[in-house]
This record gives sequence, C-alpha cells and structure tokens, in this order.
Amino acid sequence: MSPIVLLRDRRARELAYQVICVAAVALCVWYLLRNALGNLAQQDIATGFAYLGREAGFIISETPIAYEPSDSYARAVLVGLLNTVKVSLLAIVLGTIIGTLVGIARLSRNPLLSRLMLFYVEALRNVPLLLYLFLWYAAIIFTLPPVKQAITLLPGVYVSNSGLVVPAVVWNSGFWALAVAAGIGLAAAFAWQAAAKRKRIATGKARPVWPVALGWFIAPVVVAALLFDVSAQLDWPELGRFRLTGGAHLKPEFVALLLGLTLGASASVAEIVRSGILAIGRGQREAAQALGLPEGLTMRLVILPQALRVIVPPLTNIYVTTFKNSSLAIAIGYPDLVMVSNNIMNQTGQAIEPIALFMLVYLFLSLTTSLLMNWYNAQVALKGR
Amino acid sequence: MAMFRTACRVAAAAMLLGSSVVAAEAATTLETVKARGKLICGVSMGTTGFALADAQGKFAGFDVDVCRAVSAAVFGDPNKVDFVMTNINTRFQVLQSGEIDILSRQTTMTYSREASLGIDFGPAVFYDGQGLMVAKSLGITTAKDLDGAAVCTLPGTTTAQNLADFFRATGKKFELVVFENPDENNNAFFSGRCDAVSSDRSDLASIRAASKSPDDYVILPETISKEPLAPAVRQNDSNWRDIVSWTAWMLMAAEEKGITQANVDEQLKSEDPEILRMLGATDDLGPMLGLDKAWGYNVVKHVGNYAEVFDRNLGEKTALGLSRGPNTLWNNGGLLYPPPFR
Amino acid sequence: MSDRTATLADQGLMRPPRQRNSLAKTYFGTPGNTVVTLVCLAVLGFAAKVAVSWLLLDAVFEGTPEDCKASSGACWPYLAAKMRYMLFGIYPFDEQWRPLLATLLFIAAMAISGIPRLWGRSLLVAWVALLPVLFWLMAGGAFGLSAVPTSQWGGLPLSFMLTFVGLVCALPLGILLALARLSNLPAIRVLAITFIELVRGVPLISILFMASVMLPLFMPEGMTIDKLLRAQVAIILFAAAYIAEIVRAGLQALPRGQTEAAQALGLHYWQYTVLVTVPQALKMVIPPLVSLFIGFFQDTTLVTIVGLLDFLNTVRTALRDPNWQGIAVLEGYVFAAVVYFVFSALMGAYSRFLEKRFRVGHD
Repeated sequence: MSPIVLLRDRRARELAYQVICVAAVALCVWYLLRNALGNLAQQDIATGFAYLGREAGFIISETPIAYEPSDSYARAVLVGLLNTVKVSLLAIVLGTIIGTLVGIARLSRNPLLSRLMLFYVEALRNVPLLLYLFLWYAAIIFTLPPVKQAITLLPGVYVSNSGLVVPAVVWNSGFWALAVAAGIGLAAAFAWQAAAKRKRIATGKARPVWPVALGWFIAPVVVAALLFDVSAQLDWPELGRFRLTGGAHLKPEFVALLLGLTLGASASVAEIVRSGILAIGRGQREAAQALGLPEGLTMRLVILPQALRVIVPPLTNIYVTTFKNSSLAIAIGYPDLVMVSNNIMNQTGQAIEPIALFMLVYLFLSLTTSLLMNWYNAQVALKGR
Repeated sequence: MAMFRTACRVAAAAMLLGSSVVAAEAATTLETVKARGKLICGVSMGTTGFALADAQGKFAGFDVDVCRAVSAAVFGDPNKVDFVMTNINTRFQVLQSGEIDILSRQTTMTYSREASLGIDFGPAVFYDGQGLMVAKSLGITTAKDLDGAAVCTLPGTTTAQNLADFFRATGKKFELVVFENPDENNNAFFSGRCDAVSSDRSDLASIRAASKSPDDYVILPETISKEPLAPAVRQNDSNWRDIVSWTAWMLMAAEEKGITQANVDEQLKSEDPEILRMLGATDDLGPMLGLDKAWGYNVVKHVGNYAEVFDRNLGEKTALGLSRGPNTLWNNGGLLYPPPFR
Repeated sequence: MSDRTATLADQGLMRPPRQRNSLAKTYFGTPGNTVVTLVCLAVLGFAAKVAVSWLLLDAVFEGTPEDCKASSGACWPYLAAKMRYMLFGIYPFDEQWRPLLATLLFIAAMAISGIPRLWGRSLLVAWVALLPVLFWLMAGGAFGLSAVPTSQWGGLPLSFMLTFVGLVCALPLGILLALARLSNLPAIRVLAITFIELVRGVPLISILFMASVMLPLFMPEGMTIDKLLRAQVAIILFAAAYIAEIVRAGLQALPRGQTEAAQALGLHYWQYTVLVTVPQALKMVIPPLVSLFIGFFQDTTLVTIVGLLDFLNTVRTALRDPNWQGIAVLEGYVFAAVVYFVFSALMGAYSRFLEKRFRVGHD
C-alpha cells in the first residue's frame, strides 16, 4: 500500500499517531537525560544511590525510632518518613473528627452556630496553609513564655514556647503482653457485637451488647496482668539547667504543623460532610422523625451511614492532600521526609536522587491511601441484592 | 473555539516575553558578561553586613562589595551588577546553570564542594569559623557548659555536622532544631525556643546586630570549625576565576600598599613600581586577563581597599562590630597574603 | 493540594429545612439549643474581646519600634513602615508605581472579565492588548521605562503573576491532557494517565524543588532559565494535571449524543472536539476552574520555600529589618492573611455566583 492509502486507513493512522507521540516523549526524555548526564559528568557531580549507605552525620530533632548521627543516610530517610507518617496520620484522624462535628454544626438550625462554623471553614479555606503554619509557629514561640518560666498546667505538665512536656509512662517488658491481650480483647468484643447484631437482625431479639462486650475486653487484660509482671513508672519532667529533662515532649514545630494540617483538613472535611448530609433526601430525616427517633440518633443511625457513601470518595482526596501538605514541614523546622532529604541534598551535593526518592515515597503513600479508601468505599457502598 | 485558540496564542506569546531563556553560545564568562553589559551576582537572602537590600532595594554589604569590585574591574563602574538573592539550598545550582556569574554568599571553601559541585573557589576573602551564641542572661562563658541545651541552626552543609561532632567529642547532649530559613531560626533563638544559636561567627554577629538589643547576647569563645568564606565561579573558566581571584587580591594588596579610595589618584604618581603596575600606570597587567589597563585603579577608586570594605560593612563602627581577627594582613600577623602583582 | 473542586460543585445545592420561627424560639427553643446559643455567644464575645483589645485598645497607632515593644497590642506603625516592601519586595523603590499600576490594572481587568455578559472575542482582544502592557510595566526596558530584571520582582504582583500566567498556560495543556486521557488510543492514554497521576501524586513542593534544583541540570550546556520562570514552569505543569482532571469530568458529563450527532454529520475527531465537545465541557467546568484558581493563588505561597519573593515571603522577610526584629511578628502574618482572605473569598463568592447562574441556565 502506498503511504497515502495508509493515511486513509483509520487503524494505520491511529497507530501512526501513537508511535509519533510515544517517540516524541521518548525523545524528550532521552534528550533531557543526555543533558543531565553530560552536565553531571562535566561538573564532576556524583551520581547514584551509594550515598544512602554512608554515615549521615547530622542530628534529627524528632526520632520515632532510634537514630544517631553515626547511622546511615538510609536510616535518616526512614526517620523522616516516619515523622511524615506520624504527623499526617494524626492530622487525618483529628481533622476527620473535628471536621465531622463542624460539618454537622454547619447545618444546625441555630443560625448563630451555623454562621460561626461557616466563618471557621471560610477562614481556614481562604488563607494559605503555609501562612497558617508560619503564623501558628510564630504565635507559639512568641506568645508562650520561654522554658524557664514554663506555665505549670498540672503538676508535671508544662507548657512553654519549647513545647508541651508531660510525665511519661515507662513500662517494663510485661507491657507487650498487656498490649497483645488488649488487642485480643478488643477483637473479641467487636466479634461479640457483630454476632449480637446478626442475631438481632435474624431473630428480632435484642441481646445485651455492651456489658458482655466489655467483659470480653477486660477478661484477657486481667489474665495477662495476673500472668505477667506488668509495672509502670512515671518519668517526671524536671527543670534542668536549660531545658525540662525527662517526661514526654511535644515540640512546637510538631504542634504547629499538626495544628495547621488538622485545621486545614477539618475545614475540607466539614464541607464534604455537610454536602454529604445534604445529599441525603429530606424524606429520610422525616421518616426517622416520624418513627420517633430523636435528632441525635437520626443523625447517627440514618443520615451519617448513608452520607458516608457520598463522603468517602472526596474524603480520600483530603487524606492524600494532607499527606502531601505535610511536606510544608520544612518551612517550620519539623524534620519530615522532605526536610531530611533537603539536608541530604545539602551535604552530598546530589540533587536528583534525594528528590526522586521522596517523590517516589509520596507517590506510594498517595496510591496506598487511595487504595485503602477505595477498599473501604467498596465496603460501605450500597450492596445490590 | 477561535477564542480559545487565540487564548493559547496569547499564552505562548506571554511566555516568550516573560521568559529570559538565554541560549548562550559557548562563550567565556567574561565575554558573556561584557556582551550583557552587566554582571550577575548571587548573594544571600539578606544578612546584615554581608548582603542586605535597604528599603529602596539597594544592596549593601561585604559580599556585595566583592561583586562591585569585580564590576569595577570589568566595566570600570561598580554599579553594573544585578544582585540575585540565592537560597542556601540552590546557591550552587544557580551558579552551575549559569544564572549568576559569581556566587558571593558567605560560602565556605571545602574540598568536596570544589571537587564534586562543578564550581571553583576564589581566594578566601573572610576567614571565619562556626561558633555559638547565647543570651547573656544565661551566664555562660563556654560552649562546654551547654550540656542539655537546645541549639537552633540552619541546614548548612556542615553546620549541623560540626555541632554533632563538637558535642560528641565533649560528651555533652543537646537538642538540635534545624530551620530551613534564617527568619524562623532567628525568631526561635530570640524568643527563647532555643538556648543557643550556631552558625559562622560572622553570621552570629549579623544575627546579633539585627536584634533589638545586641548587648544582651554573647558569642562564646569556642570556634568549632574552619570556615574560609570565598567567592565561587563555575568550573573550567580559569580566565574568569583569575579575574575574581585577582580582584579580591587587589583589595588586599591595596591595603598592604596603603592605597585608599581617597588617595588612589595621588598613588598614580607613586615611586613604588608595584603600585604603578597595580593601578595600570605602567605595564599592561590588565589586558593579560582581558581587562582594561586601569582595572586596579577602578577597583580601588570605586570600592576602596580591603580595610575600607571591611570597616564599612563589618567593622567596629558598624552594627556588627567585628574586629579584624584573622582577617588582617600577613605582615600584621593575619591570614591575608595577596600574591605579588608582577 | 486543591481539594476544593470536589466540594464546591455541590454547594448551595440544598438548604436545611427552614421554618419561620420567632427569634426566641430560634435561639432558645429547647434547653440544648439554649446551651448552644450561650456557648456561641461566649466564643464570639471572647473573640471580639481579643480582637478589639489587640487591634484597637492595646494597639500602637503611631510611634517607634520601642513603643510597639512596650505594648501588647498590634503595631500599626510597623505595617505603615513596611507596607511598600511587603507589597512590592525589592522592586526599585522609585519605580514602585509601576507594579502598583500593573496590579491595579490587572485587578480591574479581572473584575471586568468576571461579568459573563462581556465574555466574547472583544474581551479576549482586550486581554491580548493588556498583557504586553502589564509586562512592559513590570520589566520595562523600552519606551522610557528602565529595565527591571525578574530577580527584583516581588510581592503581591508576583503572586498574581504566578497564579494567572500559571493557569492561563496550564489550561490548554490541561485540555490536551484530558483529551489524551479519554482517547481510545492506548499509548496516548497511558502517557496522559502517567503524567497526570504522577503529578497529582506528589506535593507541589517536590515539583518546585525539582524545577529549582534539578531542572538546570537537565538543560543543555550554556542554556539558563531564570529562577522565576522555573517556578512558573513548575506551577504550570502542576496546574495542568489538576485542570486535566476537571476538564475530563466535564467531557465525561457530556451526553454521548453530542459526539454521536457530530460524527453523524461527518465531522472528524479534531473538528468535533474543537467545535462541539470541548467548548461545552469547558462551559460546564467553569465554576470548579474558578475554585482551582483560588486554590492555586494560595499554593503559589510555596515558592517561598524555594526562595522566591512572593507576597508571603516579602511579608516574612520584612521582619529582617533590625529595627523591628522580633517586635511585630504576628502583624505581618495577620495582614497577609487578611489580604489572601479577601481575594480568595471574593473569588469564592464569584464561583458560587457562576454556579448558580449556570444551574439556572441548564434547568
């Protein structure tokens, strides 16, 4: 066939388009890579991930796992990642709780409350998160007193511009037995509740749920406490020469970031919860009221479970966004993944590898969150019968 | 849809206009600078005494004057410089990429930077070292007393590492808070979030000078690292590196020979043959580097000698109040040792 | 970063059932309601007290940094002293009327363009004429204005520019990406999905880092792109991925009949895409696009982290002035928050207005 005939053929044309497109993209990538390799070689810049094995040499101020400057860069990256996960997960949980409450309050028939909540949401959504982070951080370190004049909230609980310090509970090794037992107990309690519910639906007979479930939970814990030697000590903070020593510390960098992320997420969650509830037909509410359900129960048993189906997909977006927003930590000195990577970039002079690494991690986190939420979504979706 | 297509075209045009995509033919930096008619100099984001823009956007400081001196050497005019504020993270990249011609930004000359970052350093123009600063009210006289303190710092290449090493070597523990930018760092220190702040001693002096009451803070005597601060240029352009190096040395040599901004015209009639060579009255040192014969004269005339630059920006009469320390001439027991102009 | 699109689309959809009640019943109808009202009043009262004492009663209206230091209230002289720096950064002081004029022109043009009745070819022509003028005002270098390099641009005009140029350039790219993602050519679809998901899966800050640190390494030797443009490119790519998803939603919401009818008329792909589907889809997604615009206006603050002097960064760095160090820390941020709030809230209100209007149009 001549080329002109080929061009008339739809399939051939489509194939040609695709080949051209892929080739153009490949060419671009190849061109950029060639430039990069050429520049790196010409400027004697090291390449590769060999640096990960070398000694990091810098200190990280918050370490959820043991870390010393003599550890490797790889471990430093891991510490950063754990810090990212820690602050994001907390912000997601707190933001969801606050956001749900605000979202419901937005629909209150009391105009004062709904207006107040409207202002809350608007104030958070119309000002950049980064500005809030700077603002919260400045507010903490400038309005709270320095650590020497720390405010004593309760005995052993100190608030200062160096953060919140509380007595820490130090468990002995028996703690793990206790924790495992509590886990088993919790699972048993939930299993009982589910069984009781099935029974009730099948037979129409209500069985006592809470007393028995509580028993299921407490029994293993008591057994474990008797079998193993469980003891705990309180580690009281004390005023040292400079700082409070001992106890558990919540650093202001962490608090400011958590505050910013939580409030930001809560505003978005509130909007979604609100529109989710509005999406439920008015008939549902009226029917529930006609059955004599009080307002609280109507919300909990009728409206919210249905709204959940509308709410979950956009909620996924918010959770992923919160994860990504935690990268702003770098602005206020919380050692998250980006900040640690940035430090590594500074020390090694290598830019491409640390950036590529943390981008991959975020991609992975985003995709994992999406998958988890999709799975959950499938669980709560209407099941066709 | 036509509307839309037009919009695309507008966007493309705006991009072209707004961009300054410069595809330079493989010219030397000197040729590029001359063709552009301006030097582009990377300075810090605002450090009192080294590089700070005033309310009118006019830059002043020690690092700024180094660039002005190069501008005077190349153009005979100290003001043909555009200053670009560079971020501590990206300062080397902007130099590598050719966005700036000189990086004059309190940057420490180190082996690995010179070897692996695609840059070359000129001579050290300021001998510095990392130190620690605390509030006087703490009543501390030595860094060894800082056991258990919180220390704020910036993520310099080695700042955090030096601190870790220092405290490890002395067996002390401390809490390190690292900030991405100087504003949060300084705020955290002044508010008492940290007990001490650590940086190059000159930088500590500017932090102190920028505080409301500089007398409340004291820089501890320990110097925990060597930090020779030097201007940097792109690798593999030795002509340009020579120009920057010899401009820096010209400042020092002028001080050594007693040439000042005020007396440079008289010095043209000096008896000293080296002075005459420096100022371009005899011999043709300038053209060897592709510069004007009178480049040395221009540098001193417009910027002054090293002592004048130092005193103007960092010296005892300024807010920083730094003494010359090791930054005096070799014949006064200092480290400044300009090679001979011949 | 921008999750607004998902939520604003259904705003104002329904209102809670409303009954006409007496004032007393509305606020104090039941014991629970009374408690809610009282708590709200307490919160409001407390907020008002804090605000009034900080902004007015304890505030310093005239005076020196020392006066401000002595007082616990807001420091208005700080804002006055630093206002020009906050708004325009290190733009040459004597030339600052230029960014001021450019910003005012831009805001006026945006406001005029917001009137749907004026949408049309002539408005576009006006913008085409205006943009070079704005650029000339900022950059100068011709017709009697001195040249000001982009390294000295800063403040509010820079924030506007990053947002506006970012979205205007990202729009065509985003539309192409959306079309590619919906294409039935597998290779093209995969390329588009890869790009979109990749960009949406990572934080903007990582793309800005990439642009400011990595991009120079990918350029051929000797070619440089200035740092403002690099950040701008990052914002464009980032915005394009988000716009693509919005436009895709619009395209997918179109009734199939539109395409089928166009095909039946014998139009080929590009013809019916350009003439039929994309214009309709775009019209449908204007409200979420406006929301995206608000989101990106706020997201441009992230260029602060790579060292560009956008509005947030000029507000922050204004504090470097030794005279004010550590004195007026909150004032600047509060001022910036108010500015961002006003612009975002205005655009948000506009977005809701459009939504209402379009809904009316469709019913």
